[in-house]
Amino acid sequence: MSRPVLRRPEYHKINKDLFVLTYGALVAQLCKDYEKDEDVNKYLDKMGYGIGTRLVEDFLARSCVRRCHSYSEITDIIAQVAFKMYLGITPSVTCNNSSRTEFSLILDKNPLVEFVEELPAGRSSLCYCNLLCGIIRGALEMVHLAADVTFLQDRLKGDRVTEIGITFLKKLDEKKCRRRK
Amino acid sequence: MADAALFEFLHTEMVAELWAHHSDPGPGVSAGSRGGEEARAAPLGSAGGGSTGQKMSLSVLEGMGFRVGQALGERLPQETLAFREELDVLKFLCKDLWVAVFQKQMDSLRTNHQGTYVLQDNSFPLLIRMASGLQYLEEAPKFLAFTCGLLRGTLSTLGIKSLVTASVASLPTCE
Repeated sequence: MSRPVLRRPEYHKINKDLFVLTYGALVAQLCKDYEKDEDVNKYLDKMGYGIGTRLVEDFLARSCVRRCHSYSEITDIIAQVAFKMYLGITPSVTCNNSSRTEFSLILDKNPLVEFVEELPAGRSSLCYCNLLCGIIRGALEMVHLAADVTFLQDRLKGDRVTEIGITFLKKLDEKKCRRRK
Repeated sequence: MADAALFEFLHTEMVAELWAHHSDPGPGVSAGSRGGEEARAAPLGSAGGGSTGQKMSLSVLEGMGFRVGQALGERLPQETLAFREELDVLKFLCKDLWVAVFQKQMDSLRTNHQGTYVLQDNSFPLLIRMASGLQYLEEAPKFLAFTCGLLRGTLSTLGIKSLVTASVASLPTCE
């Protein structure tokens, strides 16, 4: 087995599909374990939180983000660097309020739902991608920023786009935010 | 794209949460044997009460791996599905599938030419971050259950019914 390992295009696809398929199997399993949608959503968020707290270190190690001075810079980095790095998409960012603490990430393409046509019957309030919210929340908390992250719109529920809302809760303290996101 | 890292994190979290959910609460010694789901020879000091729940967790994880493996198998390029021999299929698993999923080839493949194959990976990516050596040996089967299911699922899409078990002698080597 000494053939040089070539990264054929189909390997890349398999690799990408693996994560998406595993996520799908996970959501299916959770739907079996919990009857209520809110419980599944909560569980996905909790798991995402756990992942996010560790993912942030991986992210910081791979990227060379500079020190951030504002929430909008942070949100831009999440959208343009982190999402691109891990999911291959770049959501667009909009600011929702004048005090610049509430932002939205608009995803018109969501790789996690690539194999999902519609939500299962009886699961109309399931937030399929709630893991993402948990990941963002966990990652931000590891850099001392408390935030509320939820889905504002979801294509799977019939909305036009998928929109994730990030609301920063505490005032950004310059001293605390060292060389981080 | 750092998909591999993302998958590893997701897998770790899945194992942690599903294990906690499906295992019975109680003395938390894992089902002793150095194996995946198959109860092998004499278990070493297992706690009777905990092992049913743990077996369920392992089979839940394995079942998820199976579904993913089946789906992955369906997405393989057409020419890889035209295998003539079982050995070719196993070679494919060791080289191409393992590379696609874990970015490395399997380290060795042995067979008794009677339907049993042993695939050995000396630095299994899902175990490599845990420990090196004998520490955490009891925890290792949890991390292998999903992958066993993955292999079984892919084999089933390629038309082969199989039973896949895993064993760990010392991290991060596994068979």
